[in-house]
Amino acid sequence: MGELQHENATEALLTRHGAPRPASDWAENARRAARARMLALGAAGRRDEYWRYTNPAVLNAPEAPEAEILQLDEAPVFDGFDKLLITFVDGVYQPDLSDDLSGEGLEVSLLDEALDMDIHWAGELFGVLEAKGQHPVPRPFAALNTALAGQGVVIRATGKVSRPVALRYCRSELRSDVLIHHVIRVEAGAELTILENGAGAARLNTCMEVDVAEGGSFHHLRAQGRDHARLANTHIFARLGAESHFKSFTLTVNGALTRNEVVIDINGDNTKASVAGASLGDGDFLHDDTIFITHDAQGCESRQVFKKVLKNGATGVFQGKILVQPDAQKTDGYQISQALLMDDDSNFLAKPELEIYADDVACSHGSTCGAVDENALFYLMSRGVPRSEAQNMMIIAFLDEAIQEIENQAMADDIRSRLIGWAERHSA
Amino acid sequence: MFEIKNLKASLEDEDKQILKGLDLKVGAGEVHAIMGPNGSGKSTMSYVVSGKGGYVVDEGEVLLDGVDLLEMEPDERAAAGLFLAFQYPVEIPGVGNMTFLRTAVNSQRKARGEEELNAAQFLKLVREKAKSLKIDADMLKRPVNVGFSGGEKKRNEILQMAMLEPKMCILDETDSGLDVDAMKLVAEGVNVLRDGKRSFLVITHYQRLLDHIKPDVVHIMADGKIIKSGGPELALEVENHGYAGLLGEVA
Ligand SMILES: Nc1ncnc2c1ncn2[C@@H]1O[C@H](COP(=O)(O)OP(=O)(O)OP(=O)(O)O)[C@@H](O)[C@H]1O
Ligand SMILES: [Mg+2]
Repeated sequence: MGELQHENATEALLTRHGAPRPASDWAENARRAARARMLALGAAGRRDEYWRYTNPAVLNAPEAPEAEILQLDEAPVFDGFDKLLITFVDGVYQPDLSDDLSGEGLEVSLLDEALDMDIHWAGELFGVLEAKGQHPVPRPFAALNTALAGQGVVIRATGKVSRPVALRYCRSELRSDVLIHHVIRVEAGAELTILENGAGAARLNTCMEVDVAEGGSFHHLRAQGRDHARLANTHIFARLGAESHFKSFTLTVNGALTRNEVVIDINGDNTKASVAGASLGDGDFLHDDTIFITHDAQGCESRQVFKKVLKNGATGVFQGKILVQPDAQKTDGYQISQALLMDDDSNFLAKPELEIYADDVACSHGSTCGAVDENALFYLMSRGVPRSEAQNMMIIAFLDEAIQEIENQAMADDIRSRLIGWAERHSA
Repeated sequence: MFEIKNLKASLEDEDKQILKGLDLKVGAGEVHAIMGPNGSGKSTMSYVVSGKGGYVVDEGEVLLDGVDLLEMEPDERAAAGLFLAFQYPVEIPGVGNMTFLRTAVNSQRKARGEEELNAAQFLKLVREKAKSLKIDADMLKRPVNVGFSGGEKKRNEILQMAMLEPKMCILDETDSGLDVDAMKLVAEGVNVLRDGKRSFLVITHYQRLLDHIKPDVVHIMADGKIIKSGGPELALEVENHGYAGLLGEVA
């Protein structure tokens, strides 16, 4: 009986989005395989080890909740930067709101078009990195995404791409329930920056598969919009070749539920990976970072830097793992997750994990939560800084270790100004 | 004129009174020193006066130019002209020293209805003051007090004081941890601020500092009260004979 219900719930998920535009055989095979994976995994449930802190019920529900669309009173994040803009409204590509899909050192196409063609490299990635990322931790919403997503971009960087590719996710419907899937390949020695901005949907499920070849460099910066009631479950699956660089930073302010999953496989020697995030929530807010980094090569460095500011009953979740395989000697793994609790109603749940099978490694992890340091607050105030401003200075200071993970200083400053904006809007 | 009247204060969490009826008057332009055994309540006095949490005022008043400070938030007291150089300056990772200083200066100006300093004006001022205290540009760029040596922290306190130009300065053991040269720098920093109107209350254990900053009055504090006041010779007496005799006189 229970089994059957579970199966029905999974079936229901697979029917709630409608079918994407049919694609060529290889892509349809990949989708079918994802569907089978999804059925085998079953829907996410509270009993699953990595869904204990975050209740997936609202993500499993037949319909997306109604989420009011926030009218921005400021320029969008990354607005001031030269970029190749690609706009989706309610998860649908908008040619008239997008730039030409071309650029130096760059091949860009839309997912549904790419899946209908015979693009060799895309066939080796689409659904492949996602499938690999299902072990040992199941990620049913990612399989669902591969099985049913019809929108997204397929990008190949062949050289140093100077302009970032900016994916903008806008909203027009209150209850949009959206799947977006991106496939990205950074060729050997190539460089690519991807920006993502916007809430995108009342319920957004994104999946980004990223393959970085030897010596390639991939930077990802994301701001998840400011809409309050929206839900998001995002996935990044990355495979990193030797001497490559990978950096991903996410800014999350507001949102009833956000679950950001990042799965990184470090496959080549002397690679550097960093995943970082700053999230700020006030009231009805749950933010979950679930990270899994596998070191399967020598001399690699990985960093996880996550900071959360929580107030008025907001909840933060961090589940971060570093797995060091037996041959991954000289691994340098760093992980820190911290929450600043602005009151007693807010809480932070952390599950930091290290699993190490090599003997010559340096891994450190730390997880803390606490209130604003009263001594520091008094020190600032004793110099004439009013309490709310002093508190905001402390908030920004607390978050800065995560912001420092961003390589581009101008973009880091843009993010900083957003943090200040949030802190000012939400100061007591 | 700065005045503490019969100040009694206790710890918030424990039923323990630390200040037990403290009286003190520092006239405009005067320098007073407070000496007293460890644990007599000198730092507690400075904290209660500047509005730190964790203490309850049981009785008394603290007046700066006739205005009662005790009802005010710490930032309002600062804007009213009070400054405390901390015995243990606080490290604040992530907050840049310059940002902090500029925010502080402009917050006070704003609170007093004065025009705020723009970036260029501020920079010019801070460079000038930092130079005389031998604080280099690198220290200004670092987070507040983070990685500063004991002496650097104390010089940074004096820099803040110089920037904020308060009416009433309380210096809590600003001399401790300073080498001889740094002590002279700090003393000079204080002396240039003596303008006949600004008042100082210097808490110290050593006569040494008072050779450089000449006090008008020296107070001896013990068990939460001022037990004796006198001229600079009182500091010499402490230096030479310790507190035993003075405490005995009172008992
Ligand atoms: N927050 C506190 N919790 C517990 N005891 C405290 C607290 N603050 C002050 N006290 C106690 O109050 C007394 C006075 O302390 P205070 O720091 O004011 O002394 P002081 O005169 O500045 O000493 P020193 O010369 O060592 O700096 C001490 O007995 C101290 O232990
Ligand atoms: Mg003291």
